Amino acid sequence: MTHVLEISGLVKKFGGLTATDHVSLTVDTGEIHALIGPNGAGKSTLINQICGEIIPNAGHIHLAGREVTRLPPADRVALGLGRTFQITSLLDDMTVRQNLGLAVQAREGGNFHIFDRAAKRAEIWDEVGETLNDTALSPRADIAAADLSHGEKKQLELLMALSQRPRLLLLDEPMAGLGHLESQQMIDSLRAARSDCAMLLVEHDMEAVFALADRISVLVYGRVIAAGTADEIRANPAVREAYLGEEDA
Amino acid sequence: MKRENIILLVVFVLLALVPFAAEFTGQSSWTKLVGQALIYGMAAASLNFILGYGGMISFGHAAFFGVGGYVVGIMYHHFDAGTAFLGFIPGTDQMLITLPAAVLVAGLAAAVVGALSLRTGGVQFIMITLAFAQMFFFLFISLKTYGGEDGIMVRRTNALPGLDMKDKATLYWVVLGFAAAYYLFLRRLVQSSFGQIIAGIRQNERRMAAMGISTYRYKLYAFILSGMGAGLSGALMVNFLRFASPDMMHWSKSGELMVMVILGGVGTLAGPFIGAGALFTLESMLARYTEHWMLPVGILLLIVVMTSKGGLMALIRKLTGGAK
Repeated sequence: MTHVLEISGLVKKFGGLTATDHVSLTVDTGEIHALIGPNGAGKSTLINQICGEIIPNAGHIHLAGREVTRLPPADRVALGLGRTFQITSLLDDMTVRQNLGLAVQAREGGNFHIFDRAAKRAEIWDEVGETLNDTALSPRADIAAADLSHGEKKQLELLMALSQRPRLLLLDEPMAGLGHLESQQMIDSLRAARSDCAMLLVEHDMEAVFALADRISVLVYGRVIAAGTADEIRANPAVREAYLGEEDA
Repeated sequence: MKRENIILLVVFVLLALVPFAAEFTGQSSWTKLVGQALIYGMAAASLNFILGYGGMISFGHAAFFGVGGYVVGIMYHHFDAGTAFLGFIPGTDQMLITLPAAVLVAGLAAAVVGALSLRTGGVQFIMITLAFAQMFFFLFISLKTYGGEDGIMVRRTNALPGLDMKDKATLYWVVLGFAAAYYLFLRRLVQSSFGQIIAGIRQNERRMAAMGISTYRYKLYAFILSGMGAGLSGALMVNFLRFASPDMMHWSKSGELMVMVILGGVGTLAGPFIGAGALFTLESMLARYTEHWMLPVGILLLIVVMTSKGGLMALIRKLTGGAK
């Protein structure tokens, strides 16, 4: 089986702090790999290195078989990387439809054309219509992103990321701040999307992690202290002590 | 026809009638005043594309305005003296050559300035663009061949085949034609695929990068397009006033362009033109009473900014019931 993402020996230091300490992990085609760990474990730092916003001190990142360790973010997207942010990141002045339209346009190209009319590019708006169809956002299509509820924003961000048709989707706490019903919707959306792309899921919501993940890696103080299937992780004493135990307490 | 287009057409016709009105009332200065306001409106609109639509607060936009103007001035200087620029580029007084040359050279200047300053953001970007503009300002002051501080007199407006450019009204209509064409160009530009990317970058650069957009390249392209527009307006201004001077690129001129954009309405198509017109009208009215006309203008700017988010355009929209 090919690895969509392969991280080996990754190290990132901020002064005296080692935020990423020789991390190695893989995400396979069609897999949802969850990354869990207490606050300050270095999950976001790791995500940002995969995206290219932070350059590691040592180690390698391969995306779809190509070394991307020092590539700028946009080039990684071209190789099939998509992401959502811990704090939802949308184009606030634009409507739901326009947000999705821009995501499709960014993928489709023609972005340097100055004499066309973006609003008349049928290939974009047909696809946006299809994407919105039957989603909870459909009746909200012409509302500015800034005016959406928190849950709707999270949904829109996921749809935008999926519109890029990524091979690997990085999800930075997609459940954060969602109510029970919204979390369930998000889990359903992610489950539906798993046939399209592999995912690296950073999440605190254990229910969601155990519901979705094929494999789980546990990050504590920048190190992967355990990796395995959901059952293996649940049974792992070190994990119980370092992480799950805290939640019970 | 859409309501917006009808309004544009009416405004265009009214502006085209200005020379007749000036002659009829004996106020011959009107043509000159409105012509200048139109040219400044173009310069402000070019700044507004990166400032209002792209979120890049350039405080050195007058540099490109001045560079465009000097291209016309320098080419005329060599034409007049029968010499060649750098020893091999002959001078000319043909507008069909000088204007494209001005646009091109201003674009090159913007490419250099933009390539370096767009590596920064926020306050640093404002300061670096300002610093570059001041470098241009002092460079042209030091060029004694081209008049140094005094600038270049252009004794005759550039020639355009088939037109009598010595005629004030004809020259005004040529300017109006360019202003109208530039307005329509910008309207298309902000609606284009590129315009959407630029609007996206203004709102959330990180998200655009996460969608695979190398934001630097797009911002640089926008910066160059904007500089070219400023160059065109500078070239027109030198033709209109028959004079190019380093003052065209002084930092206070950059500030004036910014005031026009903010007064008229940031991120709107007509705003910069309205802002330029308002500033010019105020200046000429108040200058009659006091040489300290900047004070009341400053107070007015304060009121506009604090009471109406979006400048005079927002005020007009409110008064006309939300229509364009």
